[in-house]
Formats: sequence, C-alpha cells, structure tokens
Amino acid sequence: MKTVYTDNNATTKVADEVIEEMLPYFGELYGNPSSMHTFGGQVDAKIVEARQRVADLINADPEEIIFTSCGTESDNSAIYAAIKAYPEKKHIITSNVEHPAINNLYKQLQGQQGYEVTFVPVDEKGRLDLDLLYKSMSGNTAIISLMWANNETGVVFPIEEIARKANEKGILFHTDAVQAAGKVDIDVKKINVGMLSMSGHKIHAPKGIGVLYVKKGFKFSPFLVGGHQEKGRRGGTENTVSIIGLGKACQLAKETLPVMNTIVRELRDYLQNELLEKIPGSSVNGDLEQRLPNTVSIGFDAVEGESILLLLDKEDICASSGSACTSGSLEPSHVLMAMKVPFKSAHGSIRFSLSHYNTKQEMDHIIATLVPAIEKLRAMSPFWKDGKMI
Amino acid sequence: MWDYTDKVKEHFLNPRNGGELEGANAVGETGSLNCGDALKLYLKINENERIIDATFITFGCASAVASSSALTEIIKGMTLDEASKVTNDDISDYLGGLPKAKMHCSVMGQGALKKAIADYRGIQILEKPGELICECFEVTDLEIIEAVKANGLETTDDVTNYLKAGGGCGQCLDRIEAVIESVKAKG
Repeated sequence: MKTVYTDNNATTKVADEVIEEMLPYFGELYGNPSSMHTFGGQVDAKIVEARQRVADLINADPEEIIFTSCGTESDNSAIYAAIKAYPEKKHIITSNVEHPAINNLYKQLQGQQGYEVTFVPVDEKGRLDLDLLYKSMSGNTAIISLMWANNETGVVFPIEEIARKANEKGILFHTDAVQAAGKVDIDVKKINVGMLSMSGHKIHAPKGIGVLYVKKGFKFSPFLVGGHQEKGRRGGTENTVSIIGLGKACQLAKETLPVMNTIVRELRDYLQNELLEKIPGSSVNGDLEQRLPNTVSIGFDAVEGESILLLLDKEDICASSGSACTSGSLEPSHVLMAMKVPFKSAHGSIRFSLSHYNTKQEMDHIIATLVPAIEKLRAMSPFWKDGKMI
Repeated sequence: MWDYTDKVKEHFLNPRNGGELEGANAVGETGSLNCGDALKLYLKINENERIIDATFITFGCASAVASSSALTEIIKGMTLDEASKVTNDDISDYLGGLPKAKMHCSVMGQGALKKAIADYRGIQILEKPGELICECFEVTDLEIIEAVKANGLETTDDVTNYLKAGGGCGQCLDRIEAVIESVKAKG
C-alpha cells in the first residue's frame, strides 16, 4: 500500500493543479512583476489574479491581502504592527494553547519589552475561558490574538463572538487561521477581525508562502522594511511562483470546503469511532462538537506516543503525536498540558489530520494497524494488565 | 524523524525477553508514568548468583523498549558481580549507539538493574538520597554528580540527555550548572 498520509495539520500534498499552475513561472516566465516591460508585467497580472483568488476564499478585498513567507511571519507582522500602532497600550491578550509563532513572541514581549500578557486558559476540552477573556479586555489592551482552530486537537474557538466583543471595546483582534483556512467557512465581512494569518502549505500550496489579511483602515507598519512591494507593507521581491500556486490552492479550497464538511468529516468520524470502539482505554482530546472536520487527537492509556508512531510508520502511515518523546522536549505538548489531559493518556496521544485525498480504505488500514499495535505495546507496559490500566 | 540505528529499531520491533517472569527472585523498577517512561526488570538468579533468566516490561519510546531488550540480552548468563559492572554505555554500545537526547533510556536500564541486584541481595537503596534539584523529573544533586562523573558530562544539555533533569520547566538549569561546576572544581 502506498503512503497513508494523515498528518495534514503538519503539511499537505501540493495539489496537482497547483503544480501545473506554477510550472511556467519556475521556467520561462521568470520576470520580475515590478518591471516595466511586458515580460515582467505578465507575471504581475498573474499575481493580481492570485491575490483576488486568495481574497475570495475569505471574502476580503484584494488590497487587504499581504503575501508573506509563512504563517509565522504573518503572525509576527500582525503583532508588531499592532504594538507599533498603539505604543501607549502595554497589555496584550492570547491563549495558552497557541502556536509557538504567537506564544513565544508574546513571551518575548513580556520579558524584554515589559508587556503585561494575559494567557487565557482553556478547560479540559480545550475550550477558551470566555469570562476571563472578556474581563481581561481593557483600554490598555493593544491587541488580542487567538487561533481560530487548534493544530493539535482541532478545537475551534468562537471567533465570531470574540471579534464582536473586541470590536465593542475598540480592541484590535488578530486571529491565526492557519489551521482553519480551507476547513471552515471564513468570511471577514461577516466576522469582524482586524488581521488574519494563513499559510499556503496547509491548504495544498507549497511551503514558504503565507498571507496576512489586514482590514482596510488599519495603519499597518511593515515587519520587513524594504521596497514598494505589497504596497510598501512587506518589502522583498515577490515569491511569484508560490503566490501563483497559493492563488490556485485558495480557489480549490473554496471548491472543496463542502467536501471537507461532509466526506472528510465522515471519514474522520469513522476512524475515530472505530478506534474508540475497538481499543479500550482510549479517549478523544478536545471538544467533539466545536472541532475542525479533519482532525482527531486520541489518547491511548498506558502506552507512549513515539512507539505508536513508529509502529504506524512501519506500515507507511503518517500521523503525529503530542507525546514528550516527539515534541522535542521531555514533557507532553503544551496544548495537552493546558487542557490538563492526564499523563496516562497524554503521553500516548496521536493526532490524525485528514484531507480530501484520504479514502475509507486508508482509514481501514489505519484501524487494522493501530489496534494490534496498541495491544502489542500494552502487552509490555507495566501500567496495563488484564485489559485495564493499573 | 528518528535517528535510530537499525539495531534499535530491530529491538523495538522484536523485543527480546518482553513480559513478566514467573519465578523471578529479583525485581527492579525505575521511572514513572508521569515522566513518560518506566521499566520493570525481572531476574531469575540461581544459587551461584548467576542470572539464568531476565525479562522486562517497559512503558516508553522506541529507544526505551530497545534499551530494556538489550539490557536483558547483555546480562543473561552473567554473575551478579559481572552484571553490577554493566553501565548505560554498554547498553547504548550494544545497540550501536543511541541519539544524544535518548541517553536517559539507557540510564534507566542501568538504574533498574542496580535496583534488581540490590533487591536480590536484600540491600535497601535509599530512595532518592541527596537534595532534590529537578522537581519535574525528581532528580537529586547526588544523581547528577554521579552521572557527570561517570559519563564526563559537561553541560546542562548533557545532564538533560542523561537524566532528563532540567528538561521540564527548566527552572533548575542554574542549579544543575552549579552542580556541574562543583564537580569540575573538585577535579
């Protein structure tokens, strides 16, 4: 069997249509879109088209779209632009389950620039403490930055409601929608966010291309200072090939959104329910309802995540784990710890994240591999005996 | 991606001597569920103090399972005196080496063996003697001193790789550094 790829929250396959769209611009159409000649101008025309396609995915205007190099650059650009726009405000808000692109930047601002930071906690299902969030909003708050959906659990925050509250209080609101784009319907005309980050490689475009949506009227300062590109909001010659690819990917994402919420969701639910039924001592991390349609994180008691991944890998199945041994540190992921997932299952948590390229046959292959893999590991675990945790 | 030798992978996929051991007359346990890895070693020792059988049950990553498997293979047939000289390096060498960050898996094997031998001889090992340095992984200054001396550790990263100490919240890193310095100062 060929590789079963269920790690789409890490990165995605570049769509064939995207590659086809990009190819000429790797080769003969290498012009600089800023050039005056027709040769460069035809590339510029293609970027105009790409910008429109990206804008269409989130119902923005094309001039509200800034191309960046990745989701992290988008996040950093947004936060720095906010604190530059409101230098007198020294309080910033986020959650304690954010991506490092926000989490570590906030910690740096806290440590080096004296910002007061509110890290809003989540409950055991990964849901935000909204009372605390709303209470912490003040006239001194420069920006609120919250992820639309969590990369590890897929839990979706109530962004529409939060945006409304932030607007009532006149506070700038940024959302990291890297995991949400292409999986949930995003309409920036309906949901009033100030800035929004996206990343190409999570939606079947290549790596190295990101987007920052900046609402019209906000006085944006560039993160990368340079030439006139992106209307002076992001210096540096455009990554023309990837921008063109991202445009195509956004067009495709808009078309496949209904598939995500029907076929992909059904596949995810099938995988989840079969695993829960066939493997005792297993539980889903995160809220079952407010969750991305493609993601499931399951904790398996008394076994360790890296070992599970290696047994899956042997059968050409790609997934990821929130366990200590795979997180690069010695403790389980900060997301699972923030949710107070007990150690007995946190160390054995596996995330499957699907795409519309996955099939039911692949889900069956995962189930057929994982059930005996867990049994094998439990047979030699000191914490599992006679079908239960000891 | 896993930077494991073929031997580590092979011992993980086909562990030797896995499971409990009926008739074992010595047991050694290290690690805990919270720490992310744990090993229970069973020995059957004859009247000549020779290890005639050894098995394990292990919770942990691939290198923890492989280290446990290697340990049982190494010590089977040894006398207790011979076995007591087995070090974490022997386990790592047997497997063709372990990634730096996984050295603590072999240290866990050595620890379990030490405890099993003490168990057989009826010696009480004082639980965690010394002053607690790393609260996340419950590591004391004496354990750090021993590991630094035995393995020539030089940095806090080394200590984390061998003992996990300092790999959690990181608040004890300064104290670990001070322990390393004190060992160096004493030469």
